[in-house]
Amino acid sequence: MSFHAPIRAIGEKDLVAPKSSFRSITEAVSRVSETPAPKGWWIAFLTALSFTGVLGLAVGYLFWRGIGVWGNNSPVAWAWDITNFVWWVGIGHAGTLISAVLFLFRQKWRTSINRFAEAMTIFAVICALLFPGIHVGRVWHAYYLFPIPNQMGAWPNFKSPLLWDVFAVSTYFTVSLLFWYVGLIPDFATLRDRAKNATRRFSYGFLALGWRGSNRHWQTYERAYMILAALSTPLVLSVHSVVSFDFATSVEPGWHTTIFPPYFVAGAVFSGFAMVMTLLLIARAVFKLTDLVTMTHIELMNKIMLATGTLVGYAYAMEFFIAWYSGNQYERYVFINRATGPYAWAYWIMITCNVISPQLFWSKRLRTNIPLSFVVSIFINIGMWFERFVIIVTSLHRDFVPSSWGYFHPTLIDIGTYLGSLGLFFTLFLLFLRWVPMIAIAELKSVLPEASPHHGEHQDGASEEHGTPALAAEGN
Amino acid sequence: MSVEVTTISVPGGRPAVVLAEYDSPGACMHAAEKLRDAGFTRFDAHTPFPVHGMDGAMGLPDSRLGWIVFGMGLTGLLSAIALITYCNGIDYALVVGGKPPISYPSYVPVCFELTVLFSAFGAVFGMLGMNRLPRHHHPVFESDRFRAFSDDKFFVSVECADPKYDTASTQALLEGTHPNHIEIIEDNES
Repeated sequence: MSFHAPIRAIGEKDLVAPKSSFRSITEAVSRVSETPAPKGWWIAFLTALSFTGVLGLAVGYLFWRGIGVWGNNSPVAWAWDITNFVWWVGIGHAGTLISAVLFLFRQKWRTSINRFAEAMTIFAVICALLFPGIHVGRVWHAYYLFPIPNQMGAWPNFKSPLLWDVFAVSTYFTVSLLFWYVGLIPDFATLRDRAKNATRRFSYGFLALGWRGSNRHWQTYERAYMILAALSTPLVLSVHSVVSFDFATSVEPGWHTTIFPPYFVAGAVFSGFAMVMTLLLIARAVFKLTDLVTMTHIELMNKIMLATGTLVGYAYAMEFFIAWYSGNQYERYVFINRATGPYAWAYWIMITCNVISPQLFWSKRLRTNIPLSFVVSIFINIGMWFERFVIIVTSLHRDFVPSSWGYFHPTLIDIGTYLGSLGLFFTLFLLFLRWVPMIAIAELKSVLPEASPHHGEHQDGASEEHGTPALAAEGN
Repeated sequence: MSVEVTTISVPGGRPAVVLAEYDSPGACMHAAEKLRDAGFTRFDAHTPFPVHGMDGAMGLPDSRLGWIVFGMGLTGLLSAIALITYCNGIDYALVVGGKPPISYPSYVPVCFELTVLFSAFGAVFGMLGMNRLPRHHHPVFESDRFRAFSDDKFFVSVECADPKYDTASTQALLEGTHPNHIEIIEDNES
């Protein structure tokens, strides 16, 4: 975190609109939670809350009746439940990528969008954690997932990727939450110090932990933040790799492939950026944050989507190639069946949304077009859901024994649970937008040119340079 | 000098902290350098964001947080090894896929995850512990002007308990750094 003077010679632009000041950033971000919510927020919130109610009904009915209320059947034992799980976990990845990986690479443009993306991660992982929890059938035994002493005297199987997944996703959730909260402490202090009534002063004050901007604190704080970023970077790569082990370590044709871990990670980043884009464009319009979230951000995110979308396209092609090249007839059949069989419609939706639509972003005119960015981000969200559906359902529906082949039909409860999880996600997200600083105030101030202690000085005094030896050690 | 000085007094209080307010990170950093050069040790800068070079200006040694994180990471790794070995190797020996009950390759993911988890706890709680947070009561919070530290003002605070502190000379030193304002905050504790 440090000031940033754009190098115009290589086409860099200001990270926030040039007229911004410390005060204007505080104002722009804080006023969202200090003024009454815009009407659009209420409409969105009540809609999302209704869908959360649908989720409650669908899950309640599932608990009452059992897994049979879903369309899962004998060859297709995993269907929308695991599709949704993988989709939601994947969405979370962009948040960690933006907050941790781009931080380590000193991509300072991330400061306007990282808070947002981290919040998205947390809420997406909450939605993801729901599905493995409810798909176990007897939910009252869900604690078997964890190594807790139980009445059977048995332990979970630590050689199973499903157990690795329990550890991977719960660690991911915990670390993301800590990372998010650490970033929020100084901003909660800003809201505390601006509070006009006792409730706000107490609640934000409680969350701010008595932060007083002390430089002795900032030093440890920045170190902690950097360590968390360094821990989250391998973590984010590991989570979707472990999720992909759920499939890759099985002997199911279509799942048993070594390309899965990198392919899943690329897909996760791809879908996550699409979701960040969708949410960001909505919030930017509703809360009028065009000075802080600029076209530069949108364009850079579209470039990342182009890159990861192309990686995903490469993985699809490589899977096909290996299916042919391996000479394994089961593997080959699964892939021909994917593209031409009863689920060909899903396969081609996936290809259109994930491989073709991001290719539009080769054009600068198209990737700086806001309505188009929004539409493509929705396409990618849909396409990535279909990717997981294609991987899971098309591989399962025709396995080794043709007599057990089948077809999966979702039920209303399947649909209700999925839409309900979207409702839960948006409910949490809208609450976040309203009550939590949605842009990292302190961090954004630190990238303004006037954040430099040498701002407005001439290149004269050697006495200014006392601080510099510490800079290298700080690694900032 | 025409720097306004006010005192925030509490019943039975003695001066605890002197607080000087600046408009820019540069001015604040110069004040910190002056205090460091004058030999003060119990002083601090309060800024809306981490100011680059302030650690050097205050003469702070490097943070030792990394060692806490390293210790916690090691604890996480060893806990994971102990957990897996006990559960699947000793208490209920489990043979899956023809592998021996204690089979190291399958340890890797869970060991990695617990190492990261414990390290993250070490980083966050270690940071809070080293910073002695949460601490909701502090003399600087008595000042109304101080609230701007989280907006656009920069502060330097000197504790009156500093061995170098002297009411007149410290105030003169701070006045020489051209602050907007100086406040003397009293406290009635200890």
